[in-house]
Amino acid sequence: MPALPYVANAVISGILTGTVYGLMALGLSAIFGVIRLVNFAHGELMTLAMYAAAAAFQGLALDPFVTMILAAVAFGALGYVLQRGFINRFIGRTEHAQMLLMIAFAIIIGNVLLLGFGPDARNVPTSYQLDSFELGPLLIDKVRAYAALAAVVATALLAAFFRLTLTGKAIRACADNPVGARVAGLPVGHLYAVTFALGAGSVAVAGCAMVQLIDVTPGLGPAYTLLAFVIVIVGGLGSMVGALLGGLVIGVSEALAGLLIAPSAKSMVSFGLLVLLLLVRPQGLMGASRR
Amino acid sequence: MSAGRRRLALSGAVAIALLILPLVGNNYLVSVATLALFLAYAGQAWNVMMGFAGQLSLGHSLYVGLGAYASAGLFVHFGIGPWAGVWLAVAICSLAGAFIGFLAFRLRIAGVQLSLLTIAFAELARIGFDHLDWLGGPGGLFLPVSERSHVDLLAFRGPPGTYYYAILLLTAGALALCAFLLRRRPGYYWRAIREDEVAAQALGIDTFRWKMFAVVLSSAMTAVAGVFFAFYNNSLFPEQSFSFGRSIEIMLGPVIGGLGTLFGPIIGAVALVLLGDGTTELLAKTGVDLPGIRQAVHGVLLLLVTIYMPNGLWPPLARVLGFEPRRL
Repeated sequence: MPALPYVANAVISGILTGTVYGLMALGLSAIFGVIRLVNFAHGELMTLAMYAAAAAFQGLALDPFVTMILAAVAFGALGYVLQRGFINRFIGRTEHAQMLLMIAFAIIIGNVLLLGFGPDARNVPTSYQLDSFELGPLLIDKVRAYAALAAVVATALLAAFFRLTLTGKAIRACADNPVGARVAGLPVGHLYAVTFALGAGSVAVAGCAMVQLIDVTPGLGPAYTLLAFVIVIVGGLGSMVGALLGGLVIGVSEALAGLLIAPSAKSMVSFGLLVLLLLVRPQGLMGASRR
Repeated sequence: MSAGRRRLALSGAVAIALLILPLVGNNYLVSVATLALFLAYAGQAWNVMMGFAGQLSLGHSLYVGLGAYASAGLFVHFGIGPWAGVWLAVAICSLAGAFIGFLAFRLRIAGVQLSLLTIAFAELARIGFDHLDWLGGPGGLFLPVSERSHVDLLAFRGPPGTYYYAILLLTAGALALCAFLLRRRPGYYWRAIREDEVAAQALGIDTFRWKMFAVVLSSAMTAVAGVFFAFYNNSLFPEQSFSFGRSIEIMLGPVIGGLGTLFGPIIGAVALVLLGDGTTELLAKTGVDLPGIRQAVHGVLLLLVTIYMPNGLWPPLARVLGFEPRRL
């Protein structure tokens, strides 16, 4: 058993990483909750954002926290176009047809990244990358703290949008009852596209934060898609609070598994948790019971 | 010529072309054809579960990997050849399929969550085999490669043609088995479950039992693909054997060719290999080597098919060729 400060450091690091995970999963959860679309390209969008941040740092010397804002806007536009141009046609088609469409996007994005950037890992070596805050015996990585802060701000903005703006309320109406929303005259196609734009935007922010915590390779996509699903299932599909909670649970359990068992046990824990939850409580921690 | 005659003539021509291919083609052509047939066979196996019974598995690499490692482990450690190993592979994969199917169907996990469960088991197996040093761990398991000039059927060793004929036989066998099953009780029950499970149940079909049959048969068939993969490739890595990418590759053929059709997996596999490896080869001829172009082409193909030909390539092609469109 490692000494207490190590465990405490791991827990704090897990909470901070988990916040970024939570933002990533929030995008998936919003897209699923409103559009009922299973976004199998989520991890690839995340990887795309990570490459955008890496390229902007290398080419333009832009700090990822600046790129983050630009990427959120660009990904929002991309998401809007994807939903309007392709995915909206698949509303009403079978669930697996929608999944196959997203898998097609995932394959294309992942391999275009491989074509464009090659197979080597990239990172963003900022000047403050290795700095940390010292709080007594605790050491907190600066980048991790900033990344978590950015994720919290983005989450708060997203929540405020859904709670306070008229468009946000309209989107929630669509989620509750798509037919009723259409009857009331809401432009459902447009609102779905806004939702996908928001989901893609939050993934962009999460990606720009994450690229400072871990190196990026073109093949990272499926792992993040799965991780986002694990988090969302843990929290409950469609529940936004659940996505955040799930992110924290996965972040902390990954960090603890890495410290107490072995670094490679990280993903074992999250997949094990997924299987357990699917079997015991498929609606997730925060989801409403189906039966 | 009547439609029946034309069908017969076409089938005969294809059969003869397939049989003489290793005699007239070079090694590259044989290896490409072997890959296409491997995808066709594995796709046919996957199609039993999704195409016929409507249960979407995105983790079929689990059965390829388990089958490959089971037979390769026997061969490397005990010198037991694939003829015995294939039974162990089939047994292990059937058990794994039955276990996952039992959990999923008893607890009513369906749709996306079933797909995620299948992915999770494949990923767990990948991580598990990474830590299994007896089977090579992350460094890989290598099968001893002997002289390849003569055919050694007992150890399944020989020139490329040997593997080609083996996978051709497997593909033909799988096609015949599926054609047989589709016309019998399982085929009708599976399709009833696929279209409307509640209605099927109301008609008195034991849906749990028939879904289990689909999963176990599909995993057992995929196990044989794994054994073939092990002895054809001679090296196994958990990272590749159990990867999500492999599961997707298995699924692409039937989806592109036509879900639930008999010839869809074959047509889809041929289209994937022709376009994917064709593009790669064409670029290589012009001196360009782009890693990822093959998969990118697959992705574009999947995108176009899902948007414009939701029933796959085979149904319209069948109509043109005078075959009955078997969208059952």
